[in-house]
Amino acid sequence: MIAISDIFTSALTGLKVHPSRSILTIAGIVIGIISIVAVTSLGQGAQGLILGEIQKFGPTNVFLLPGRQPNGPSSAESTLLNDSLVQKDIDALNNKSNVPDAQRVIPVVFGQAIASYEGETYSTMIMGSTQDLQKFFDLTLEEGRFFDNTDVLSHANTAVIGKTVAKKLFGATDPLDKKIKMQGRVLRVVGVMEEQGSGSFVNFDKAIMAPYPFVQQDVLGIKYFQRVVVAATTVEKVPGMINDITRTLRYNHNIDNPSKDDFSIQTQESITKTVSTVTDILTVLLVCVAAISLVVGGVGIMNIMLVSVTERTREIGLRKALGATSGNVLLQFLIEALFLTISGGIVGVCGGIALSWGAAWLLQTQWGINFPLVVSPTGIVLGIVVSGGVGIAFGIFPAWAASHKSPIEALRHE
Amino acid sequence: MERIIDTHHIEKIYNDDEQETRALDGVTMHVNEGEFVAIMGASGSGKSTLLQVLGCLDRSTNGTYLFEEKDVTLYTDVELARVRNEKMGFVFQSFNLLPRLSVLDNVILPLIYAGVSKKERVQRAEAMIELVGLSNRIHHQASQLSGGQKQRVAIARALVNEPKIIFADEPTGNLDSKSGAVILEFLQMLNSKGKTLVVVTHETYVAQAAERIVHIADGRVSHEEKVTHRRIISSDGFIK
Repeated sequence: MIAISDIFTSALTGLKVHPSRSILTIAGIVIGIISIVAVTSLGQGAQGLILGEIQKFGPTNVFLLPGRQPNGPSSAESTLLNDSLVQKDIDALNNKSNVPDAQRVIPVVFGQAIASYEGETYSTMIMGSTQDLQKFFDLTLEEGRFFDNTDVLSHANTAVIGKTVAKKLFGATDPLDKKIKMQGRVLRVVGVMEEQGSGSFVNFDKAIMAPYPFVQQDVLGIKYFQRVVVAATTVEKVPGMINDITRTLRYNHNIDNPSKDDFSIQTQESITKTVSTVTDILTVLLVCVAAISLVVGGVGIMNIMLVSVTERTREIGLRKALGATSGNVLLQFLIEALFLTISGGIVGVCGGIALSWGAAWLLQTQWGINFPLVVSPTGIVLGIVVSGGVGIAFGIFPAWAASHKSPIEALRHE
Repeated sequence: MERIIDTHHIEKIYNDDEQETRALDGVTMHVNEGEFVAIMGASGSGKSTLLQVLGCLDRSTNGTYLFEEKDVTLYTDVELARVRNEKMGFVFQSFNLLPRLSVLDNVILPLIYAGVSKKERVQRAEAMIELVGLSNRIHHQASQLSGGQKQRVAIARALVNEPKIIFADEPTGNLDSKSGAVILEFLQMLNSKGKTLVVVTHETYVAQAAERIVHIADGRVSHEEKVTHRRIISSDGFIK
């Protein structure tokens, strides 16, 4: 009886004496697994990034949007009513007797404008709000201060500028106390933000923030708010608070019929639901891409295995002529295929993870996107099961077919 | 003298594309232990098919084949593999070595399937390689050898598990006359030491080295002859 260790040795010798064939086979498996691991990992990373951004809004915050809940991309009504949230509403929402569970009410206005300083100009986003904006977006300052309630109440022109704005407009000059011109008005820089990165939906590095009364009336020339964030004291209070907000706004806007509401309320949950439609599409797309890469990888592995094992039919015949049984031959080819797929699997998984890391690193360093590194276990399992399965199946199948021929039939194989 | 091979009306029928080909059409023959038998015939006569059936490399379609008085047509594939491994040695026209393996590893192959311990198989293989005069090439890849050397490795491989019988199919067919003579001389030497040999050939000078010639034509034994003036081959004296 032949010892298992001898079949093992025969299998490893078989791989060793055909290095290029072994490397090619492993390469096929490696590429198959790398592609699937990288695609699924990057896909899940992208989903994580988007959902993570939404999570940052916090479960206690609700968002008020002017206009009706849009029904479709060309819903004209929502645009027509986009001036529905005004100062009166902010005051009403701030009144504890109307919305007792509201901890903070943060009105927001924003627009695009050209900022200039001594001949340097920069197209930037101007955002008007209250001091709570800093806490809401977790903004950190490099120097100076954020504008405060006194600035808001006194209609001050104090401004906090993003890092990119500071570089573009001021270069090496210290921006503090310098005056920026915008739409014929003057903004006084009181703070410069640290580099925030563009992970958030808003790129604060390229933005200028100022108290909302000044931005709304003097820079943008509007009387309404584009967003109002209302923060509840606890998550449990959110549903009740939404009812209070709805009642208050309907009262303010003289609305009896809920279908005529000229505002909409979004929570982290409802945004997640909306966005999940997008991420679901992304998932389907990724599954398709992954499936294609699996098919491509699988066909590659299949070809190499099929060719390399088929061309060894004579060897199988010879081994049988010298006393090997079909079982001996099959076991040898199984060990060879296992060795190739396992080593290919290990390299492939490492390569896939490395590729995902590399891509995440590039996105982080080159594009400033705070892309999370996710290693998708599904991708790894799928890659190994499919590539490994195909490798083993097509390593064994031709060997099985050849081992069941008579030795002389296999020996005659050209 | 005991019969090692005894066949009765062996038939081998191939069915390719619904066309029936009778490669063997009722062969009845025998080989005694220690005998050197040549099977001769023209190309397509069925002599190689006969050797393959006798060597248990292929199964006959009909008839009985007694090897050492046991009907091997009833054997399973695993039992046949064991018979080939333990009782038979093969020398092919095209050598059938594994080209990337060393001479030693090629010769060791049958011993692996016989389950011989690693130490013992190396010793036995080295002894056989020395016997065929290739000790200086023992670690060379088979693909680096000349035709004659390859056939000597094949003989060493055929002998290494001490078989009862050696089957050789046109063993000199791919060799020049000098290398061919060396091989034939070797086969005769083995026979003189008691090894049973069955050699298939279409060349008279090869058959003349045997004790008895079985002539095959159209898949049947046409006649047999005893070699009266047996040609004793010598590597320097042989001319085709």
